[in-house]
Amino acid sequence: MKGKVWKFGDSISTDHISPGRYFHLRTNLPELTKHTLEDAREEYAANVKLGDIVVAGRNFGMGSSREHAAIMIKMSGASAVVAKSFARIFYRNAINVGLPAIICNTDKIADEDQLSIDLELGKLIDETKGFELNFTPIPKAMMKILSEGGLVPYIKKYGDLKL
Amino acid sequence: MGKTLSEKILSQKAGRNVSAGEIIVVDVDYMFAHDASGPLTLEQLKTMGMQKPAYPDKTIIIIDHAVPSPNKTISNNQYQLRKWAKETGSRFFEAGEGICHQVLAEDYASPGQIILGTDSHTVTAGALTAFGTGMGATDIAVAIGLGKTWLRVPETIRIKLEGNLPNGVYSKDAILTFIGKLSMEGATYKALEFTGSTISDMRMDERLTLSNMVVEAGAKVGLISSDETTKKYLESRGRGELFQKITPDKNAEYTETLEFDASKIEPIIAFPDTVDNIKTVSDAAGTEIHEVFIGSCTNGRIQDLRIAAKILKGKKVHQNTKLIVTPASRETLLLAVQDGTLQTLIKSGATITPPGCGVCFGALGGVPADGERTLTTTNRNFKGRTGNPLAGTYLASPATAAVTAIHGEISDPREVLQI
Repeated sequence: MKGKVWKFGDSISTDHISPGRYFHLRTNLPELTKHTLEDAREEYAANVKLGDIVVAGRNFGMGSSREHAAIMIKMSGASAVVAKSFARIFYRNAINVGLPAIICNTDKIADEDQLSIDLELGKLIDETKGFELNFTPIPKAMMKILSEGGLVPYIKKYGDLKL
Repeated sequence: MGKTLSEKILSQKAGRNVSAGEIIVVDVDYMFAHDASGPLTLEQLKTMGMQKPAYPDKTIIIIDHAVPSPNKTISNNQYQLRKWAKETGSRFFEAGEGICHQVLAEDYASPGQIILGTDSHTVTAGALTAFGTGMGATDIAVAIGLGKTWLRVPETIRIKLEGNLPNGVYSKDAILTFIGKLSMEGATYKALEFTGSTISDMRMDERLTLSNMVVEAGAKVGLISSDETTKKYLESRGRGELFQKITPDKNAEYTETLEFDASKIEPIIAFPDTVDNIKTVSDAAGTEIHEVFIGSCTNGRIQDLRIAAKILKGKKVHQNTKLIVTPASRETLLLAVQDGTLQTLIKSGATITPPGCGVCFGALGGVPADGERTLTTTNRNFKGRTGNPLAGTYLASPATAAVTAIHGEISDPREVLQI
């Protein structure tokens, strides 16, 4: 996957990504997606392009278990989230909805850089800056889910948890 | 190798010895969805072609996030949940019965169980030695459909608390102190285990507050050994037969042990916008507060309301401050009516809202104005949490909240609890 970077800081919570005040829109995902990351960068939702990559600091997705946070980022068009670390539930949700969540040091990646990511090789290239990073591979059990496109297609295929 | 509480519970469920790092598939004792994530959970079930729950009696639907429903969209969603629960024979809790975690603690959770919910504060059940953890809607849909889930057995950080908490200092201050030390991600992917004489001496409601907030340090579960207090609590709730003693082995392996002296813990405030941004009340005193909220799965139990009432008795909420009180469950509300707690709070100027989550997560009621500061007994203070990204949220104990409501500024509960 390739895309332009939207850079965020540390501790982006699910409240930043999917504010509780839009609770009533949770059964209208296209409408809810218009508020993606609104309390972190208000301009994100209206300007993100298909394939763009969300890049953040530590503990991305902390807080609530609302899966809508991961779904909204995916539906907004982003192809992956790259962060120094993820909160546990968000990480699991991201894989479950088929959104790659990649852990690596994001310090040198800047807003609007062009990135390309190879999930199989565990390699991230910052084409703008011209450097390459190896990232911690996604755990095997979760890679099985991700490679099916998420937990729903996984269960549809296997009918059971066979990790 | 000895086992931690997590390893004990998960080994029992897996039917073999498991240790940290392993991935296991285990049966789930209770799985629940509430009205904030329930509609998505049902949709995922439908997409997967799962018509009904594997175990309707272990499947719980609770309406607690928007109580009572403020608009027709939410009413229609709640209607669908109600209808599905009825059609499938699942357990159903109507709006007003209480916050899911309180309902689970009162009537379901018991030692050795695995409890999953579409809510991060499902960890609350850890106080009853149940492996409670929050997951997203799809994971819960799979748990409902298959009756099982997959888990990675977590490593454990042990927190030892010894001695007596001073007058005016509560388990809320203790957990905020721990989170301040651990940081918001200090326990990510890990279990927390609470031990020590202070924990042994705590009532169940105090323990529930501790376990409830472990997710604010990133933890997957927050466990306390079952003991006489657990047994008595279960007996008082009519399910004494479900008691089993579960304690960690003496030679269990912990990634870290943090030790705290209870007598040194002070009343704590978490400042905006992160839970680990803590200050002592002494350092924070004088900060003007425009709204005080007492409630939530963290601190909305009867004992919390009683502490607030004790402080507010015969006093008035400051003219520049509003006080909102939300009992955590119908039973809490009823007890507070019966023993006069509500009368005291209402006379002091409190507005009472029905049992639910609305005020805590900024979706229904109590939304502050731009620039206002809200002091709450809840668990999160992230930007926008209370419904307005231009307002600030401060977290504290019910005692600190009550005394702050009287003065209209952050105040020290020890000043009024001297006697």
